[in-house]
Amino acid sequence: MIDKLFYLDGISIWFIAIISLIFALGLPYGIDYIKHYKEHRRAVRWHWIMYFVAFASMLALCVVKHALLFLVCWEFMALSSFFLIIFESWKKDVIKAGMNFFIQSHISVLFLTAGFIAMADLTGTYNFDAWMMYEGDSTLPFILCCIGFAIKAGFVPFHTWLPLAHPAAPAHISGVMSGVIIKIGIYGIIRSIFWFNTNLLTAGYIILGISAISGVYGVLLAIAQHNLKKLLAYHSIENIGIIGLGIGIGCLGLGLQSDALASIGFIGALMHTLGHALFKSNLFFAAGNVYHATHTLNIERLGGLLKKMPLTGLAFLLSSIAICGLPPMNGFISEFIIYTGLFGFMYIPKAAFTIFGAILIIALVMIGGLAIMCFAKAFSIVFLGTPREDLPEEPKEFGGLRTVPMIISVAIMAFIGLAPRIVTNLACEALDTLGIDPGHIAENTKQLGNAAIVFVAICLITFLVRALINRKKKVEVGETWGCGYTAPTPKIQYTATSFVKTLVKLFGVVFGFRKEKDAIKETYPQTPIRYSSENYDKIESALIEKPVKGYMKFTSLFAFLENGKIQSYILYGIIFIVAVCLIALILC
Amino acid sequence: MLSLVLIFIASLFFSGLISRTKSILSGRKGPGIFQPLKDVARLLRKGTVYPATCSFIYRMAPVVYFASVVAAILTVPFNGLSGILSFQYDFVFFAYILSLGKFFCIIAAMDTGSSFEGMGASREALYSMLAEPAFFLVLGSLGLLSCNNSFVDIFSHIDFSSTQALVLGIVAAIILTILNMIENSRLPLDDPKTHLELTMIHEVMILDYSGVDLALIHITGYLKFALYAALVANIFIPLARSFIGAVALFVAIQALSAIIIGVIESFYARYRMNHNPEFIFALTAVAFLVIFSTFCF
Repeated sequence: MIDKLFYLDGISIWFIAIISLIFALGLPYGIDYIKHYKEHRRAVRWHWIMYFVAFASMLALCVVKHALLFLVCWEFMALSSFFLIIFESWKKDVIKAGMNFFIQSHISVLFLTAGFIAMADLTGTYNFDAWMMYEGDSTLPFILCCIGFAIKAGFVPFHTWLPLAHPAAPAHISGVMSGVIIKIGIYGIIRSIFWFNTNLLTAGYIILGISAISGVYGVLLAIAQHNLKKLLAYHSIENIGIIGLGIGIGCLGLGLQSDALASIGFIGALMHTLGHALFKSNLFFAAGNVYHATHTLNIERLGGLLKKMPLTGLAFLLSSIAICGLPPMNGFISEFIIYTGLFGFMYIPKAAFTIFGAILIIALVMIGGLAIMCFAKAFSIVFLGTPREDLPEEPKEFGGLRTVPMIISVAIMAFIGLAPRIVTNLACEALDTLGIDPGHIAENTKQLGNAAIVFVAICLITFLVRALINRKKKVEVGETWGCGYTAPTPKIQYTATSFVKTLVKLFGVVFGFRKEKDAIKETYPQTPIRYSSENYDKIESALIEKPVKGYMKFTSLFAFLENGKIQSYILYGIIFIVAVCLIALILC
Repeated sequence: MLSLVLIFIASLFFSGLISRTKSILSGRKGPGIFQPLKDVARLLRKGTVYPATCSFIYRMAPVVYFASVVAAILTVPFNGLSGILSFQYDFVFFAYILSLGKFFCIIAAMDTGSSFEGMGASREALYSMLAEPAFFLVLGSLGLLSCNNSFVDIFSHIDFSSTQALVLGIVAAIILTILNMIENSRLPLDDPKTHLELTMIHEVMILDYSGVDLALIHITGYLKFALYAALVANIFIPLARSFIGAVALFVAIQALSAIIIGVIESFYARYRMNHNPEFIFALTAVAFLVIFSTFCF
């Protein structure tokens, strides 16, 4: 019986390990975070129950191999994460974001159910093992399931729930959600490639195309964001795109029957899944600390926090380095493996492959460069310089319950960055259980680790040499050069908006801005004039907001029916009953 | 190891040679070829002043910047001898480690809380993001041309027997030279000799550095010049028959790069800031053409 319902192969174990790790890191952090909400005792109790329900259901998702059971677990996960998001249910925004998540995750369930039923209709069974044996073509269920999983993972254009849900949830939930809940979508897509029988070459092309768009679009929107958590949420879309590039290469490799290409793609995807889970949860933890210390997430109001919260700042910096894919952290290892896959694909001597590969490489390079810009902005505006505004209370560093999980997470990231072979080897073993020979990928990453170690060593030596030269010299502290201006204020600092202004102008097509300003009436205005601009997501507005508005307009045509008079409602009832009876009479 | 030594030696002369070229062309007497080194030596003897707003990031940045360029130099091969760090797709590491150095420069500039340095930081981030695809495409097409994937194998397996290959090599060399000028913030993007903070890129980012830190940044800049010129040299080194020939070619190409940059700086004015992105991205387009043509023959 157990054999029929559950399996435990390398992929399951890999995802179970990631889920357990992130939930374990989120737990102590969450305990401290929730302390701020002592007066809401029922909400807190409910919250922790749901935390463990989410954990259990996600573990179950990784091991069940019966489609209906999978759907049940999926529903458990969707509902529990909904309750986790609406923890601060007394706020209107939170409920709104929660409902958005609720509806979109059920659209995802709808697609999955349709896909599973379509496949069961073809094969006559709900067992995943039997699906893999199926010889015939199963493209339709593959597409349906992939859309379902893509909604959960947050691929463009199914990403619209992500930037709403993340800022609404408590920080540890945002971390867990971005770290692992969206990764279940990735898990599903990887599984789908094996469950269904379809043209893997075409599938690979489509996955690669969508992933590249997701990556570039996600990071561009992140750059324009000034809400720290929303910025991180858009970065999740970017990273899902990078993971998708790996999966796409893997899929193409399977289609071309090249184990080398398939394994490099999938291992890149697996490694980046782990990496993103680590650094993104850590960034959200840091954002949570910033939020509780300053009571704002608007980065334009912050500044100079590194001196007051050194551990949080350092964790944010190192995670930023990792998320930008820079050595010597773990993000570089996974992006490097994906680069290897893309170059491998480009070097296949066929014009279409070379050109498509080159475009994908440009996309990945641009994603990297834009991510550097984005995190240079986020880190430097929040943590560097001097405070831009007076805050309600003096920010200070948090205790061990919050900082220790962050330190552990950074330590794991650095370990993977400096000694990548050990963890990559585990990923290779995981892939091996699917029957794809991973070759020497793990051995090849060893030299990356060596290179990173050499770099760190050069840093240390340079640092020591500089200290030695500076030993007897005067080291003073003076004022920043103000071009001759001698009364600088914190307001003079470069802002996040101005930092990205040129780029936003350059990619103007992608961005939408809502601007509000007071009209200037007098020649010499006496009252202050207000001006504000806010960036919005054009895809979201076209795909969600406009249709919903149209629907509301259509339904408002019937609003006259609901006039609040009990007599009318009784009349509707009578009309309905009469109509039913009439139809029955006529049809019989 | 040999490439490391050669690049270090070349970096001693590179910047001096540029300013020498410029002063000869403009009919000035100008500083001697060793003036940049004397400047560095003078800075090394001086004390340091840090801005009051800055944190430890600002003090770390020159170290990381220097180390990143040295680590990048370690991957560069010479005449079939691999660099100290050599592995498959090491050029990805090369580009990313340089990015790390730039990242630290950018956040260090933001750390001063000066609006001028923020301007420079923003421009540096944007331009290096735009320039990076060109580098990957050039190395990718050279990889295609030589059917290999690490610096040493790519450069030692380029077959220059056909004219097309030679043309592609020259185009690649031109792209790398322009990248050199972008990465080092030279004309026509950025004028290192400008006197107005508003129009600077790289210079404005380091306004507040002094003493040893400034020396370190200058040294890193010289190394970066020689580093990119060494890549250009590496493309053509297979043409040299002997070891001495290879060294001579290396020296010649380093000198030629410096002179070309000097000549361009003498006869070109700086672009308007809003034309820079177009100019840089055009480079990626040219690099894309290289890929096409590599494939076509």
